[in-house]
Amino acid sequence: MSVIERVVGLTGRLLGTQSDGSFWMPVQASTGAPGVDRLFHFLFWLSLAFFALIVGLTVLFIVRYRRRAGRDEPEASPSHNTALELTWTIVPLLLVFVIFAWGFKVFLDLNTPPANSFEVLVTGQKWKWLFTYPNGHVDENLHVPIDRPIRLVMTSEDVIHSFFVPDFRIKRDVVPGRYAKAWFQATRTGEFQVYCAEYCGTSHSDMLAKVIVYEPGGFERWMAEAADFLTKLPPAEAGARLFTSRGCAQCHSMSGVGGIGPTLKGVFGHPVQLAAGANVVADEDYIRESILEPQAKVVAGFQPVMPTYKGRLKDAEITALIEYLKKSSE
Amino acid sequence: MVTNDSTVGHGTPAAVENALGADNYLNHGRGLGSWFTTLDHKRIGVMYLVSILASFLLGGVFALLVRTELLTSQKTIMDADTYNQLFTLHGAVMIFLFIIPGIPAALGNFVLPLMLGAKDVAFPRLNLASYYFWIAGAVLALLSIVVGAVDTGWTFYTPYSTSANSSVTMITFAVFILGFSSIFTGLNFIVTIHKLRPAGMGWFRMPLFLWGLYGTAIIQVLATPVLGITLLLLIVERALGVGIFDPALGGDPVLYQHFFWFYSHPAVYIMILPAMGVISELVSTFSRKHIFGYRFIAYSSIAIAAISFLVWGHHMFTSGQSNLMSMIFSFLTFLVAIPSAIKVFNWIATMYKGAIVLATPMLYALSFLFLFGIGGLTGLFLGALAVDVHLHDTYFIVAHFHYVMFGGTVIAFLGGLHYWWPKMTGRMYSERWGRIAALLVFVGFNVTFFTQFVMGAQGMPRRYYNYLPQYQAYHQLSTLGSYLMAIGFVVIAVYLLQSLFRGAPAPANPWGSATMEWQTSSPPPAHNFDATPPAGDPYDLEPWRWDAEAGGYVRRAPAASA
Repeated sequence: MSVIERVVGLTGRLLGTQSDGSFWMPVQASTGAPGVDRLFHFLFWLSLAFFALIVGLTVLFIVRYRRRAGRDEPEASPSHNTALELTWTIVPLLLVFVIFAWGFKVFLDLNTPPANSFEVLVTGQKWKWLFTYPNGHVDENLHVPIDRPIRLVMTSEDVIHSFFVPDFRIKRDVVPGRYAKAWFQATRTGEFQVYCAEYCGTSHSDMLAKVIVYEPGGFERWMAEAADFLTKLPPAEAGARLFTSRGCAQCHSMSGVGGIGPTLKGVFGHPVQLAAGANVVADEDYIRESILEPQAKVVAGFQPVMPTYKGRLKDAEITALIEYLKKSSE
Repeated sequence: MVTNDSTVGHGTPAAVENALGADNYLNHGRGLGSWFTTLDHKRIGVMYLVSILASFLLGGVFALLVRTELLTSQKTIMDADTYNQLFTLHGAVMIFLFIIPGIPAALGNFVLPLMLGAKDVAFPRLNLASYYFWIAGAVLALLSIVVGAVDTGWTFYTPYSTSANSSVTMITFAVFILGFSSIFTGLNFIVTIHKLRPAGMGWFRMPLFLWGLYGTAIIQVLATPVLGITLLLLIVERALGVGIFDPALGGDPVLYQHFFWFYSHPAVYIMILPAMGVISELVSTFSRKHIFGYRFIAYSSIAIAAISFLVWGHHMFTSGQSNLMSMIFSFLTFLVAIPSAIKVFNWIATMYKGAIVLATPMLYALSFLFLFGIGGLTGLFLGALAVDVHLHDTYFIVAHFHYVMFGGTVIAFLGGLHYWWPKMTGRMYSERWGRIAALLVFVGFNVTFFTQFVMGAQGMPRRYYNYLPQYQAYHQLSTLGSYLMAIGFVVIAVYLLQSLFRGAPAPANPWGSATMEWQTSSPPPAHNFDATPPAGDPYDLEPWRWDAEAGGYVRRAPAASA
């Protein structure tokens, strides 16, 4: 790399004009990101200038007016100066008006989805994101095409979560009992991190997902494959996929380690000790009941915290999950 | 306590007297009983000081545990639930037990009547009641930790807090009680400032610390009840199942956020306004100069108190409130930045042509200018709507908050503590160790929290137990800084404790300040003043000259200095 390229690159990083991330900001991967970054870096340089002024004057005064041998006394100077004080009231006031107006304008752009947006439903639950497509497919990651506005309609099953994609500069709280909206248009292909930004309990920091942005045509291919995996794949394999994509694995391990819920390793066909005291064999009907009415027969030692999946899983999907548990217990 | 010592009481004027060997407020009544039933504002201030310093230690230990856990991106020393409890307790203890009462109830209680030349606050019994409410709230909060620590975050957001299986009710009730303690202090200060100013001390002849306390008191009295009501509603919802905030019961969780921030944003100014008052005293005294632009500083305190009630919605830009509301709150948020900017410029102008003394309290004042400067300027990023969307709930917020609350309030508290320490204890601390510790805290703080600005802007969310490996270097640097800060605080604790027993006896006025608390002995007698000093300009430092023989500053008659 030549010296000039290095200088240009470094300047770009400090100014925030580079789309592959600056010292401060991550990669710019959406149409909204450059606008946010321009304002951020304007604020950075403005703040730096004011900070330099504050610290510079402080240091200058300390050096010049420090009490020392031969300079024991302060010099006379006015104890107020209305014109000067009005100046440092009004100049910052004008500056903050500019910042306010700029911030609001970019904010409106970030909040106004174009009319032709592709819509995806987002569900937040402890501690998992679920993305539901218009054709009914549900996924644990958000798959989208590049260069197409995507509108997210989001709600929560339990407590407040917050959908945050740093590379897109979007964040929106996902509140139970109402629908939150957000939108973005990806400008880069690849995988981008989704976080939950609103504290939601034990595994808040594991409530992660990816936005997977496809090149033109790639999204349609993925959608076609994903939409009918239930019919294409053997039921146990489809069940394995559902087990992670629909949130089961958040609480139920397949490794024998206990979690929020009991481990499901080798559970199928074996007796289970219930909180109520009785024993029941974990057969097809018990699994089905536990998915649809989780509170009916809670396993001993666990809290009745599992949400119902009634209306959220199709019969074929429940069957596939049962087949998966059956297979992995063999 | 410090009672017997050979003193300087050999024929010097009363104003330069050290009263350790004589009758003073520390030895006026004897035994613990005389402390626990005292109505003396100075003793109540000292009891508050000891109590909040204990809280600060506790909250600090929680912070160090949190930072230690974050050394690695996975489990380091504790499980996720413990971590969540620790950051909650760190926040709750620091906010409700330490920083809200910190400057007003501890330093303010001690100094306010002295600055007015008064014998006590207007309602001494209410003052003692305030302390016992604080104790009750603190005991209940600690009990809730023993019973089953909360893990909701210090903000107790619904519906998580109404559904969480933890002792939320107990700790919210504790905060409810602490609120009363805060209201009592505020009420007392308002009445005291209105009614007990001495003849000749008009509003604009009050020391600026009192303006800060006055603005604070207004917020304490007007905003704290809202928090009380909100927490009561939370308790009602949890205990009786009445739907207020929980959508499962027909409530609205975002309503809770409005209520909570309606108090908690002004509360930020409860924390910072008295700190600004302290800085005004320090900068003037240690520059040996009259404060620059007294009226602008005084009015800006009141402006901050007033506007602070109208900006709570800036905590909720991503909550789904309407764009119009976000716009209004963003606008008002920028307005509240201006009075703070005025103060900063006026403090700097005070140093102009001064004779600046870099004593420990002044080092804290200078730290304040640096750190609060960063804290305030990063507030501009968060007030700007579009940028806030990205930065909200990341470490950028954590860093900003700590730059304002620690870099601002705690640093000013330390400055004030060192400044009034000779008055409170009658002893001087080690100036050399004081400066070393101030430097350690300053460097440690910046290493800890500046790092967090960068990782926050890079997208690291707050309140994360596990994190992605790309943030590990930032976290490790931040933790390293926190250890450095901890060393600084250990040093402070050691030399301050040492000074109680071995410190040189302090003169009445070791710094050459012109406010009234320096015109009585160190420590003051139980009744504060034998005769109320004449009220003059609190920043007219000219007549106060160092007297080598007396070992302190004494007032020279104007004719003699001319």
